[in-house]
Amino acid sequence: MTSDNSIHTSRRTFLGLALGGLATAASVRPAPAQRVQTKARIVIIGAGAAGTSVANRLVERLDGASITILDPSAEHLYQPGLSLVAVGLRPASYTQSNTADWLPKDVTLIPEAAAAIDAEAKTVGTSDGQTLSYDFLVVAPGLVLDHDAIEGFSLDMVGSNGIGALYAGPQYAAKTWEAASKFTEDGGVGVFTRPVTEMKCAGAPLKHTFLIEDIATRTAGAGKHEMHYAAHDGALFGVPIVSEKVRMLFGDRGITPHYRHVLKAVDGGRKIATFETPDGDTEMEYDYLHVIPPQRAPEVIRQSGLSWADKWTDQGWVEVDMKTLRHLRYPDIFALGDVAGVPKGKTAASVKWQVPVVEDHLVAAIEGREGRAAYDGYTSCPLITRVGRAMLVEFDYHNNLVPSFPGMIAPLEELWISWLMKEVALKATYNAMLRGKA
Amino acid sequence: MEQLTPETLIAVFEEIFGGPLFWGMVAVAVAVTLAYLYVLIRDRSMSMHKFLWAQLSMPVGAVAAVVFVLAITHSNMRDIGGPIDVIVLLGVAAMGAVGLAILVYTVQSLFRGSQQTD
Repeated sequence: MTSDNSIHTSRRTFLGLALGGLATAASVRPAPAQRVQTKARIVIIGAGAAGTSVANRLVERLDGASITILDPSAEHLYQPGLSLVAVGLRPASYTQSNTADWLPKDVTLIPEAAAAIDAEAKTVGTSDGQTLSYDFLVVAPGLVLDHDAIEGFSLDMVGSNGIGALYAGPQYAAKTWEAASKFTEDGGVGVFTRPVTEMKCAGAPLKHTFLIEDIATRTAGAGKHEMHYAAHDGALFGVPIVSEKVRMLFGDRGITPHYRHVLKAVDGGRKIATFETPDGDTEMEYDYLHVIPPQRAPEVIRQSGLSWADKWTDQGWVEVDMKTLRHLRYPDIFALGDVAGVPKGKTAASVKWQVPVVEDHLVAAIEGREGRAAYDGYTSCPLITRVGRAMLVEFDYHNNLVPSFPGMIAPLEELWISWLMKEVALKATYNAMLRGKA
Repeated sequence: MEQLTPETLIAVFEEIFGGPLFWGMVAVAVAVTLAYLYVLIRDRSMSMHKFLWAQLSMPVGAVAAVVFVLAITHSNMRDIGGPIDVIVLLGVAAMGAVGLAILVYTVQSLFRGSQQTD
């Protein structure tokens, strides 16, 4: 009696299905673009997210170009991972890889820093005294953390006596967790800061605050911790609608915001942080203090005359057109990533959108035409609010929200899927971007 | 996210589970699928008796898949925050259910053979 309650199958059905699947898979492969013949000499300063990604894409687009990339660091850092390292969810090694492993073989890596840029003579001097001539220069050295600007603070304080500083690198992020985990277990007063300058991922100070509050409440229980967040201006985030949402979440979670409080000095012995406010200096006691120092363009950029003369004068970001990322005075120079002098976009997600724009204009310039691509300030921040939840905040120059998945992933809702994107999908997309694939 | 290519998607899964675990699971899934196709072609029909056992195992597969994914992503049921999260979670459960059902069906067919009467 098998025939009545059985479904019959055949080899032909299977083969048909298999062929259909293969045909579908084959039809979605993109066609490769024609490579441009050129003898152009291109120098890229910095093999971070932006420099590496640009190098990989240019190699795909150009045939015969001489591409040189300068970076003194043998180690590439996956910086978005530092937030996870600083709360003990990932080891320091999660953020570390070899700079050279990400670069195509047709690119020459010089393991030195740029020491001088002469935009008139079109040369770059390296820290070991080499001089490189270029036809096009891509400036992407990242930024420097000015820890000395905070009186009484030095990096050797991180990890003990309740001091954290996750921006300073993988080891310091791991040490940050040493100090923070003690605070989550023992309870006390937590003070979280951000600098007054432009900064990498302005969401990270908030993420750290939310995560430590969440872990502290789970570890020691509610009511044992007092949480304070010191904002540099009158808002908690640069995009007003996001700032309001964060204000409401802070209210729910019992985190007290202090507006126009800029960290000025740390007394590690007495555990007192001094803040500059419009009403004069004010002191706050802490059991845990998270320090994020002022951030500036590297010295070589500020000395080379590439910076804005009338904007961010204490920070020195490169004077570029905000849509094309091309230097306003030297059209053969582009700047992207953290060093670019644009109002938004010091995140890896921004780099992902900036790279195709620089690639388009650079290749167009080689071909003697005008590029068409434009960057509109896209920045994305999976703003973690708990271990397991985040808001996928995406915005542009106009402070508009620009969700990638409208109607599916609400930008101002705390969702598990947004957490998944930060915790698991982001590094994979980042790596694909480094290879020029996404 | 600007482009989602198959390469990126594979990289995402490698990141979620770690390379060895991900490719190990892919190998197991491919092996089970091939074995399933093999028994279907060999038997030329689906046995409803075995299929019943396969169906009964589905809830177990669904729960196991959800527990596994939550654990590996440092998450908890309380993190489910909106409709999309419920959909993703149901998707995970559905995949676990179907996966285990196919496994149970295949294992029965391989070890009990095709001669068994229903």
